Amino acid sequence: MATISKTGLAAIKSVNDFVVKFANVNGSGSASANGLFAKSILRMGIPASSRNIFPSNIQGLPTWYEVRISESGHLGRRGGVDLMVAMNPETWDDDVAEIEPGGYLFYDSTKPLPPSKFRDDVNVIGAPLTAICNREYTDARQRQLFKNIIYLGVLAALLDIDRVAIEKLIGEQFRGKDTLIKPNLHAFHLGRDWALSQLECPIGLRLQRVDKVGDRIFTTGNDAAALGCVYGGATVAAWYPITPSSSLAEAFSAHCHRLRRDPETKKRRFAIIQAEDELAAIGVVIGAAWNGARAFTATSGPGISLMQEFIGLAYFAELPAVIFDIQRGSPSTGMPTRTQQADILFCAYASHGDTKHVLLFPQDPRESFAFAADALDLADRLQTPVFVMMDLDIGMNEWLVEPLAWSEGRRYDRGKIMTAEMLEAGVEFGRYLDVDGDGIPYRTYPGTHPTRGAFFTRGTSKNRYAKYSEEGPDYVENMQRLLHKFETAKRLVPRPIRRTAREPTRYGAIYFGSTAAAMTEALEALEERGVHLDTMRVRAFPFHDDILDFVAGHDRVFVVEQNRDAQLRTLLISEGDIDPARLVPILHYDGTPITARFIVKAIADMLSVVTLAPLKKALP
Amino acid sequence: MTYIAKPRLHHPKLPTNALGFTRRDYEGSVSTLCAGCGHDSISAAIIQACFELDLPPHRIAKLSGIGCSSKTPTYFLGNSHGFNSVHGRMPSVLTGANLANRDLIYLGVSGDGDSASIGLGQFAHCLRRAVNMVYIVENNGVYGLTKGQFSATADKGSKARRGAVNTDSPIDLVALALQLGASFVARSFSGDKAQLVPLIKAAIEHKGAAFIDVISPCVAFNNNPESTKSFDYVRAHNEAVNRLDVILGRDEIIADYAPGTVETVVQHDGSILRLRKLAVDYDPCDRISALTYLQQQHAAGEIVTGLLFVEPEASDMHDFLDTVETPLNALGEVELCPDAEALARYNGAHR
Repeated sequence: MATISKTGLAAIKSVNDFVVKFANVNGSGSASANGLFAKSILRMGIPASSRNIFPSNIQGLPTWYEVRISESGHLGRRGGVDLMVAMNPETWDDDVAEIEPGGYLFYDSTKPLPPSKFRDDVNVIGAPLTAICNREYTDARQRQLFKNIIYLGVLAALLDIDRVAIEKLIGEQFRGKDTLIKPNLHAFHLGRDWALSQLECPIGLRLQRVDKVGDRIFTTGNDAAALGCVYGGATVAAWYPITPSSSLAEAFSAHCHRLRRDPETKKRRFAIIQAEDELAAIGVVIGAAWNGARAFTATSGPGISLMQEFIGLAYFAELPAVIFDIQRGSPSTGMPTRTQQADILFCAYASHGDTKHVLLFPQDPRESFAFAADALDLADRLQTPVFVMMDLDIGMNEWLVEPLAWSEGRRYDRGKIMTAEMLEAGVEFGRYLDVDGDGIPYRTYPGTHPTRGAFFTRGTSKNRYAKYSEEGPDYVENMQRLLHKFETAKRLVPRPIRRTAREPTRYGAIYFGSTAAAMTEALEALEERGVHLDTMRVRAFPFHDDILDFVAGHDRVFVVEQNRDAQLRTLLISEGDIDPARLVPILHYDGTPITARFIVKAIADMLSVVTLAPLKKALP
Repeated sequence: MTYIAKPRLHHPKLPTNALGFTRRDYEGSVSTLCAGCGHDSISAAIIQACFELDLPPHRIAKLSGIGCSSKTPTYFLGNSHGFNSVHGRMPSVLTGANLANRDLIYLGVSGDGDSASIGLGQFAHCLRRAVNMVYIVENNGVYGLTKGQFSATADKGSKARRGAVNTDSPIDLVALALQLGASFVARSFSGDKAQLVPLIKAAIEHKGAAFIDVISPCVAFNNNPESTKSFDYVRAHNEAVNRLDVILGRDEIIADYAPGTVETVVQHDGSILRLRKLAVDYDPCDRISALTYLQQQHAAGEIVTGLLFVEPEASDMHDFLDTVETPLNALGEVELCPDAEALARYNGAHR
């Protein structure tokens, strides 16, 4: 039976705006029930996002699933938990501690727990889930799996989730496996009916159908990026399994099998190699790109560490390559299943010697789709490696985003390719000759012409005609041209996005990637407290002039990022020649996605204001 | 010096092949290797093989890693695209290149340091994957470019010029290639052009992963009598199992060998490999007995050369991947980009 907060503290009341967190044990089958929970909210027209926090393990360790429900559309992490579904005894104490005062704790009350296990300021709702399961099922596996669906049923009653929406979703989830639909529906009703008869429903947290989701879709960055590679014309993918990037390569395979077969012969218009290691994966990509195919690899920090030598070769020999870095907790093996943005400097300057690389920073799955295709164009246009800097949060979590879009008739930009016709017509070919003044030379594909256009690709220094040269002037000229090419890249990469505060301000904030979701909510909260910030979302490196102008136009600029060392800030300082004092780091790097509350507090603390009335005076 | 071009003029009566090219059209720039280096003989054999096979030079892609051997692609096939990649990683680059365009001929050139040490993993995996290529290791048992350190193929007890003795067990790339599933495996000696040229020709005609280990003495660091990779040692211990003639499908077949000592193997493209068997009990189509024979002879101190194994109707990586016949690099938006309807379906399925 439901127990109510002993202190009588006002229970949190909220419609369509709260945070539910599920604490589970991995391998227990909870993921499917939790997914149904999130999706059913979307089906009620209420925006929601979900985040998996999981261990590097297959079975038996703690895992969490956090759902942010926000009618007003804030889909980053807020921070704090309003309803904890505590299904893991091992993490009980921490889970209970995380609940907001006045929040709710839902647990399996089959075994009585001592009062010391609860908090006075939290509303406790118990349901004897194990007892219900044991009564209903004899098979151990069924008892385990259906327990999840039963708690989904209880939650549906407690939060007033549309019953029909869940029933429909169960039907969709087990489509083709009809024998599973009925028992799952049964378990769902078992939980829901029990709750409706035994508990006071709904609780203070409630869902109410609205129409705020529109035609948005719910998908992961890895899946969307993989589809972007299909639309963007990638034909060769080489990869080595590594969390959190593996699902990108696997999704590419799945999309290709559906979308990339010759309609008549059914043969494949793609080739995927699961390589022996990341060294081979990038080698395959570079070989394929050298030979005129669009190719990519997907990996994470440790994989990029292994690819360094090849990345330098591709930079120096000027070969396209697209590398998805799904960033995770680092350094070393770090926190392989947690998120970070800590490969920024490492990728910007990857490999030995003087190198600089193009980085793209998508903010969500939709931009991951778009930037995947853009990266393939940019790599060909600039004849250089391009990194798509995603992270675990974007890559593996499902985000609610606008539908993916592709302009009909979009052509691939294959860059400067000298064709057999051009060679035949006597056009001068120098592989490293800057004919257009943009630093980008022409290349030929192997096999183009019987007597013209062949050259030797090498990682050693060479002259404009690709002939081996150890002459200082040849080397310097080439290195300067590469720098000039990098300048050209500034004009081609996605531009940053600027947002102007409601009121004029001398303060700005720069952010990028997955931080965007929490940032919009944080800015709104700061605004309510009288803190106005102009913002700039960085979408690529090299930095567009707009970014430097933005910094120049503000006294202080907060740089919000998810790493310890303020890596984007360092890159801004060194590449933009900015006075470090003007860039204030706001850093979150515990492996969980950054929250709006964290940003608000960190910025407010930096401004040395708790109450914001004397804000302008309080500032340095 | 490599940047010094060879004179373009040549004797007007220089013989031409079916494509009208002379041997000179298959040459590269002047070699910078030491005078007498075995590698230059291998380059010459490659040039002769390509000339005799009437291959359009631009339809060959030559790839290498790092080291003396990997420098050689500059010295042959000057009208072919070349790629001098990173140490030990030629196989992955070649694999990628092959995926992009299945229509070119891929020639991978490597050395014993490149393939048996730093690149042993990539060596193994490209053979496992049955990449359609000719993979030549120019095997001298030493690191030449860094001045004479032992490589992993140096025999135990082998003595370097400066007296150092190798104490580590050797890696036999031929035995590995057999074990890993290469469908054409041969060993030869850079000083034996009569054996090497037909082997290279047969390997080019072969569909699948073709591997040739060519013992190529290093005149600077490893040509002393105590080295098992020296000219003298190899000449004294060479146990050739067969002599090969390659007869292309288009050639007239002339039978001039005594029956009973000749074994004929027809490859997938109709080319005929005629093996004049020197070791009567040797069966080049049996992987297991090839391995056994190789190891028995090695134990007896002999270096077995010749075509050790061939699987004439082998499949390659593209067969396994079931890729389209058109090279992937020739596909454009029409073939590659799904339509708006497919995207609408994706969006619909994620609501």
